[in-house]
Amino acid sequence: MKLTGCQIIVETLLEQGVTTVFGYPGGQVLHIYDALYQYRDRIHHVLTAHEQGASHAADGYARASGKVGVCIATSGPGTTNLITGLATANADSIPVVAITGNVPFELIGTDSFQEVDSIGLSIPVTKHSFLVKDIKDLPHIMREAFRVASSGRPGPVLVDVPKNIQLATLDYEPQPPVEKTPDQKPDETLLKQALELLKESERPLIYCGGGVINGNCADALVALAEKADAYAAFSMMGLTAMDCRNPRHLGMNGMHGRFVATKAFSMADLVIACGVRFTERATGNKAKFATNAKIIHLDIDPAEQGKNIDATLPIAGSLRQMLEYLTAHLPQKTNTLWHEEMEAEKQKVAPPHQTEGYLQPHQIIHAVAKKAPADTIVATDVGQHQMWVAQYYPFQKPRTHLTSGGLGTMGYGLGAAIGACMATGKRTVLFTGDGSFGMNLNELATAVTEDLPLVVVILNNNRLGMIRQWQGLFFDHHYMATVLDRKTDFVKLADAFGAKGYLARTESELRHALDQAFAMASPSVINCIIPPEENVLPMVPPNGSLDDIITK
Amino acid sequence: MFNENQFAVSIIVTNQSGVLTRISSLFSQRDFNIDTFTSGRTNDPEVARITITATGDNRKKDQLLKQISKLYDVKKVELMSPENTILRELLIVKVKASGDGLRTVLDAANVFRSKVVDMSPGSVCIEMTGESAKLDAFLTYVAPYGILEYCRTGLIAVERGANCLYDAKEEQSQTA
Repeated sequence: MKLTGCQIIVETLLEQGVTTVFGYPGGQVLHIYDALYQYRDRIHHVLTAHEQGASHAADGYARASGKVGVCIATSGPGTTNLITGLATANADSIPVVAITGNVPFELIGTDSFQEVDSIGLSIPVTKHSFLVKDIKDLPHIMREAFRVASSGRPGPVLVDVPKNIQLATLDYEPQPPVEKTPDQKPDETLLKQALELLKESERPLIYCGGGVINGNCADALVALAEKADAYAAFSMMGLTAMDCRNPRHLGMNGMHGRFVATKAFSMADLVIACGVRFTERATGNKAKFATNAKIIHLDIDPAEQGKNIDATLPIAGSLRQMLEYLTAHLPQKTNTLWHEEMEAEKQKVAPPHQTEGYLQPHQIIHAVAKKAPADTIVATDVGQHQMWVAQYYPFQKPRTHLTSGGLGTMGYGLGAAIGACMATGKRTVLFTGDGSFGMNLNELATAVTEDLPLVVVILNNNRLGMIRQWQGLFFDHHYMATVLDRKTDFVKLADAFGAKGYLARTESELRHALDQAFAMASPSVINCIIPPEENVLPMVPPNGSLDDIITK
Repeated sequence: MFNENQFAVSIIVTNQSGVLTRISSLFSQRDFNIDTFTSGRTNDPEVARITITATGDNRKKDQLLKQISKLYDVKKVELMSPENTILRELLIVKVKASGDGLRTVLDAANVFRSKVVDMSPGSVCIEMTGESAKLDAFLTYVAPYGILEYCRTGLIAVERGANCLYDAKEEQSQTA
């Protein structure tokens, strides 16, 4: 079957089971869009308002479904606009395939219209990128892109297709979808050493990261926690690996983590780190981190071991295999003393701060959670609201919490929520701040066009709250460029986009808005006015430790 | 052979454009210091061989090896042990010399077993291969006569004995 490069691109997408792509047309992808027109009954193309939105939507689609997300953009500015989304996916190890058009060969290097070095731009922000130089390579490269994106530690892959390749023809032979490269088998002698450490331990603490979510092994993690009679602390990316109602679940640790989760690291005699990379936001001062504990570091990526922290016992390979091996070979443990200590620590949690006359962040988050079924996907943007969601939202199932953890991309949330909504077909919630929402709110147009059941909850303090918090704590209250006091009316703005807007200043207004929003099948925006001066607490200052923790 | 914390790494990569960019980009991303970087063809036309010398403590070294091996185009990475490796570098140096000075420089070139590749009134061009320390020693010796310019290739490295860094067939059977 003789097909053009563009047709082969779409055929290989179908071959991989892709049914939805996010993108934005342009000069150098016109032919790809013509192929998408031919195949429009088999692939749904979601037009976003901006290529960045397309890249975040592909990312959200991947996080929600576990499948590879796909986005398409034209050359030049189309590609540069994708870069933030690819970097976001790269920092959180999310499988995305980005297809970019480029100018034909004879124009490459001539600074032609909308030409940019797409491969050069992609190198530091992707797992890999391919420039297609020969039509004969195109089917293989498309398949490789999916294999590379989803195998091992996942990540984004960019495929740059010059226009002449899009138009060239080739005999195309369909193939079954590519399979992931099997994960590396862990070394059994090392696992035996890990077993010994687990047997000896009286205060085991599992430290769970995004690798557990990406590796789809939350069940295996919970099983090990039971067998080892361990407590579990979570990086923000790993927060949904265990039902938060499980008494072993201590919550997020680190800079804005729960006090008990941060404290547990100084009390544990063994930390079993699973798919987590010990960033400085999570550990604070590394010299004072987990000083009484030996550390077993399990990760699919050996490069994470010895990067941020020197573990007692690093083991690389399939996380599921490692967790299952340990659970299978460990005799049932009972750590009575550890329970007593941790349960006592749990009692010391201070109630959240209250400011009279305002809706409180935790109150809003709990009210939303009450309306949302347990499998509801909750996306966030970046800043104070993101931390409050991590602290207060009662997550129960893996892949229900979508947030830009590594790169911390403000403006990530709306695109990601749209992608998640497309992947699940279910009502999706976005918590955002007035600052973050302001960055990419144009995607409200996409949500309205696709008629998505999306509930956007703005925690509006009319501040860039997190930066304002730092200025208050560490810069002598010099509030430079963080007091927005903008006149934007988010209710009217929602209406202008064709969504439904609500204002919530009181509990009853909030209840009414949520009742309406959760009854609708189309997008809504709830503008919740929160105290302008509220800080996220507790807070371990940068490079600090438990000794420096700020609690009020 | 090496300064403290200096080490040599050999890398086999697919012979494609853009691969060198990916490797050098990794060095800037991860804040690794490159001392020398050489790349060239090998007996296998599908691959190229890169030799890098770099400086860093054990943590940096370990990270560098692990991060390089994650790159898609990298087939093999190996840290070259100084004891069991043939390390060579090429130097071309242009020295300002005439009369007695020229004679001394030529004598030194002879002692260092190097080759005179060009002469002009007032200057001589000398080519020399060897371990970096030998090239350093020669440059120090001729410096008083006036070095006009010189150029070094950076190290290339091959393991002693019959063992080879890379065999495409063997690698394929291992991954299969």
